[in-house]
Amino acid sequence: MPDIVLQDGSIKQDDWVVVSRPEDGDSLNPPNQKALIPVDLWLAGYERYAGREDIGVWFDSHQEPETLGDKVNELTVIAVNFPKFTDGRGYSIGRLLRERMGYQNELRAIGDVLLDQLQFMKRCGFDAYALRPDKDIQKAARCLGFFSQGYQAATDTDTPLFRRRAG
Amino acid sequence: MYVYDEHDRQIAAERVAQFRDQTDRALAGELAEEEFLPLRLQNGLYVQRLAPMLRIAVPYGMMRSNQVRRLARISRDYDKGYAHFTTRQNVQLNWPNLEDVPDILAELAEVEMHANQTSGNCIRNTTTDQFAGVQEDEITDPRPYCEIIRQWSTFHPEFAFLPRKFKVAVNASEKTDRAAIQVHDIGLQIVRNESGELGFRVHVGGGLGRTPMVAPVIREFLPELDLLTYMEAVLRVYNRYGRRDNKFKARIKILVKALTPEGFAEKVEAEWAHIKDSPTKLTREAIDRIKGYFTEPDYESLENASDLLARQRFENRAFDQWLTHNVDTHKKTGYAIVNLTIKETGTPPGDVTDRQMEQIADLADEYSFGEIRVTHQQNVVLADVRQDRLFELWQAIVPMGFGTANLNTLTDVICCPGGDYCALANAKSIPVAEAIQRRFDDLDYLYDLGNIDLNISGCMNACGHHHVGNIGVLGVDKKGEEFYQISLGGSSHHDASIGKILGPSFAREAMPDVISTIINVYVDKRTEEETFLDTYRRIGIDPFKERVYA
Ligand code: HEM
Ligand code: SF4
Repeated sequence: MPDIVLQDGSIKQDDWVVVSRPEDGDSLNPPNQKALIPVDLWLAGYERYAGREDIGVWFDSHQEPETLGDKVNELTVIAVNFPKFTDGRGYSIGRLLRERMGYQNELRAIGDVLLDQLQFMKRCGFDAYALRPDKDIQKAARCLGFFSQGYQAATDTDTPLFRRRAG
Repeated sequence: MYVYDEHDRQIAAERVAQFRDQTDRALAGELAEEEFLPLRLQNGLYVQRLAPMLRIAVPYGMMRSNQVRRLARISRDYDKGYAHFTTRQNVQLNWPNLEDVPDILAELAEVEMHANQTSGNCIRNTTTDQFAGVQEDEITDPRPYCEIIRQWSTFHPEFAFLPRKFKVAVNASEKTDRAAIQVHDIGLQIVRNESGELGFRVHVGGGLGRTPMVAPVIREFLPELDLLTYMEAVLRVYNRYGRRDNKFKARIKILVKALTPEGFAEKVEAEWAHIKDSPTKLTREAIDRIKGYFTEPDYESLENASDLLARQRFENRAFDQWLTHNVDTHKKTGYAIVNLTIKETGTPPGDVTDRQMEQIADLADEYSFGEIRVTHQQNVVLADVRQDRLFELWQAIVPMGFGTANLNTLTDVICCPGGDYCALANAKSIPVAEAIQRRFDDLDYLYDLGNIDLNISGCMNACGHHHVGNIGVLGVDKKGEEFYQISLGGSSHHDASIGKILGPSFAREAMPDVISTIINVYVDKRTEEETFLDTYRRIGIDPFKERVYA
């Protein structure tokens, strides 16, 4: 199981698997272990999955966080897929899940997760990062820590610099 | 002018360290070329036909003399001793070494400069009117808002990987638009509502490139304090719904068109309703604090030097012409706005040598409180010159090559680097500009023709803004040969419009003749008062077509 980077750059062993979307016609068969399944299938099979601590969801970058509605905190892990590191939709999804929908539990970045994007993910509410396996996980802490502050309010701070300056 | 505080300095220093680390990893092979690409682009670093090109940000076109001197030094130490002023008020170096870029950035940071977000699919440098703060008819100084936007957009974590690049421009003048806001992704026109409150008319979805579009208004009045929350809503809608499947359909203009301006505005309003009162909402105090940096310099109380200037004009015809064309009215009596033209025939428009940059810095110190502005027409402005020193200044600049009295005339060309420097070019552009400048070298004739915007791009990326030139020239490739297509009737001002294509394209040698023919049609058909654009709008394209293709 690949390791997961946390917000402070520390590394944690992980036992979640990402279950990809089944081919058309096939049904979803989560393995017998902690699994992240496509969010729309979780919603469609809500009766089956509700309350199960070993099931989380993942969003693809075109999917809308709003679809989870007030069920959001029933999940202990939500992942957002970055199909390509240049696809920035996941940042908006992260902020919406946290700031608009009040999601409290683990928010994980999966997919094409590279070192130089971690800083943005962190500011947009992601607190766990499944770094692409060919990247040097030992460098994550450094890349998360280049900046000691930012100009804007985001998920990590509700005080933009212009308000801090006034203080 | 804005001065960094300890926060800005810290962020700038941290950025240099970060880019150094990224460059090291790229050189060590830990970052694939496609992974390094957006990182270096967000730092203004292109890799070009001949060498990398580094685009340095000049926020809203303003620089202090020490910054210009630093650019001169950098261009000498790390480059071939010249730099290029761009149409987005930035500065480009054409030949730096990749390995040197972190050192260049460190040198820039020492004088509060950077190359952040000057390229890449992110929010770019905000531009504005080069006469901001010194012109008579402006509603309020736009620069504090540009600085507020600069800070908000710098390393914005949500908007670092947009579908495509994103450009914002602000205009504050009621009568003119020197910032071309209607061909930007967001164009902000500063206005007052009926109750006299300050705010913005918001245009979204303009742009040039392959699909030129004039930006529709999506909000008639946005109160001042709501600037950032509303922009955040626009950007979020774009980030979520802008097309990512096709690079040529990824600009926000395509989304606005697909949803219709009304549909797009609705989506933005719905998003905005959630974040309108979030901590990102500006405070009066925050705005006033930034405004405090854009106070007036220590003007002396002077009378207008009308008699002196009249005498000097009478005695010297060349000075008279220069005063008429290259000097503008200042809001303060006794002062004037001076445009230095960087358009000598035979040199690429906007190119300056290290020595010239130092001369410009010296002139700014001597005549204009040490401040310089870069214009979107690739010229340089000294904004605060005493009228009684204009003659002296003029005598100084003519030998330097900054005194060509052709501002806004046909030979004050906007031109991209084209095939001489750019890997994407279909055709060269600089030699076309040069040939036209040589053909029209009689100043009196140019003055008689009045204001004409001639804009040249070497390919449809439109770096030379050809669509909004009154006369636009576009380089095209015909079976491996360089040809040029002409469009007429574009404008980037308040009456913004996209030019119409005249017809089949021409070989380079034919261009001066073709332009002459077009000008002759105008001269024959114009009424006393009409500019080229007026005549074109009245008579349409056919008379031009008939004569050119006769
Ligand atoms: C020398 C190498 C250059 C290259 C390879 C280059 C490349 C490009 C490309 C690919 C675009 C994309 C247009 C789009 O996305 O719609 C573009 C746009 C643009 N470039 Fe350049 N460019 C270069 C130099 C310059 C220079 C020197 C200037 C200023 C004089 C400039 C000003 C612009 C502007 C203003 C646009 C935006 C046009 C719009 O609004 O769509 N470029 N450039
Ligand atoms: S318009 Fe085309 S040729 Fe000119 S600089 Fe831009 S990309 Fe290069």
